[in-house]
Amino acid sequence: MNWSQLLRSSIGKKIVMSITGLFLVSFLVVHVGVNACIFNDLFDTNDNGDMFNRAADFMGSTVVIRIMEIGLFLGFIIHIYQGLALELQNRSKRKKGYDVQMGNRGSKWYSRSMGLLGTILLLFLILHWWHFWIPSRFTHSGLEVPVLLSNGRISHDMFLLMKVTFSEWWIVLVYVTGCISLAYHLLHGFESAFRTLGLHNSRYLVMVHKLGIGFSIIVPLIFALMPVSFKMGWIG
Amino acid sequence: MEQKSISLKLKVWKQKNSQTKGSFETHSMNDVSTEMSFLEMFDVLNEKLIQEGKEPIAFDHDCREGICGMCSMYINGRPHGPWHETTTCQLHMRAFNNGETIVVEPWRANAFPVIKDLIVDRTPFDRIIQAGGFISVNTGNAVDANSLPVEKSKADASFAAAACIGCGACVAACKNSSAMLFVSAKVTHLALIPQGDPERKTRALDMVAQMDKEGFGACTNTGACEAVCPKGISLENIARLNKEYLLAGLTSEL
Repeated sequence: MNWSQLLRSSIGKKIVMSITGLFLVSFLVVHVGVNACIFNDLFDTNDNGDMFNRAADFMGSTVVIRIMEIGLFLGFIIHIYQGLALELQNRSKRKKGYDVQMGNRGSKWYSRSMGLLGTILLLFLILHWWHFWIPSRFTHSGLEVPVLLSNGRISHDMFLLMKVTFSEWWIVLVYVTGCISLAYHLLHGFESAFRTLGLHNSRYLVMVHKLGIGFSIIVPLIFALMPVSFKMGWIG
Repeated sequence: MEQKSISLKLKVWKQKNSQTKGSFETHSMNDVSTEMSFLEMFDVLNEKLIQEGKEPIAFDHDCREGICGMCSMYINGRPHGPWHETTTCQLHMRAFNNGETIVVEPWRANAFPVIKDLIVDRTPFDRIIQAGGFISVNTGNAVDANSLPVEKSKADASFAAAACIGCGACVAACKNSSAMLFVSAKVTHLALIPQGDPERKTRALDMVAQMDKEGFGACTNTGACEAVCPKGISLENIARLNKEYLLAGLTSEL
């Protein structure tokens, strides 16, 4: 068996999904950690987003992280492409469907809707890139006025860009919807990834199941609190 | 248990062969004893149809004891009907209410084409078994059973996986028409005991390759298969097959 045969088999395709999925989970930890720096505004009235801007400046100006970003994009592209391709292949395996659907008897709706949830996340991701990643890397629109950081560096005011972006209700609503989709996508995906990699020991499966639920609630909740906190005026 | 008679409306799939389209046919049934099994109810209906000069409904069955894996039928949106860990032949009419409409469909999957009415072609499962679901032993005297010690917990887990009767309910229930629960049961059954160890790697690779060739979908761990399995085959077997396949795939020669 060569690598191509291994990765193109039905299990191989799922292994690719699980490895890229877990890689993206690790990215979520970094992303939520860096962005949660905005909440320093709650504890330090003189912060005005300085802690977050310093973190964003570090992420944007460190060469190692810029190189890692290429890996991140590869992870996204492979996960999205393989996910959509698998969804289409799996759907084509039953040309004539049932008159009476089995529905939720035996499986959870979100476990059967990973393609749909993933597609919502992809659309959200495109909007998210348009709002933050493209301005910070290329167009600099909304980032015209630089900010002097407490460490002496001059940088983009990403905190201000967040504040301006999340001043509109529809954007806050779209972001919260994105976070809910992420929560359900993770609720199935987190545990399923470990099962696909062959974790069958019931002791560890229980652990991964609980860890998955915790991760799926906590991380999207912190993300969702960001646009809400700006809009409600809790920070900024 | 109190015996009752109920009236039913039966909406059954009729299809001449794999080339024709097929459609639902409705039959009214009166005086159905609740002590009848689901297949006995079909026998009564078929007797009636034959007496009326009509064509009976074709369905698969053999042992009617829940161990052969021949009976199928997707009843009211669930393979093998509403009872947990029960084959269609062991399902009894007391599971239904008076006046209920029961919809009976064949297993639906491209890999399981309809042969006639409720009978589907499940030979893909036979070919998966032929690809590696066996052990090769040279002939000669049978060795003493005690010469091969097997850990009790492993023997039990192997036996639980070997309970799979290959009925195909897992494929029928899966949104991807995946046969992973079946294949994983067959691989686990032999992977856990010393007799299956020598061919462990080639077995996993060959059976999965055949499964893919037959046109079954990929597993997405939804758990629908486990919920409908009449023999209670656990989803953990699929994770074990993933491990067996991954290790065999990573360590095999070109």
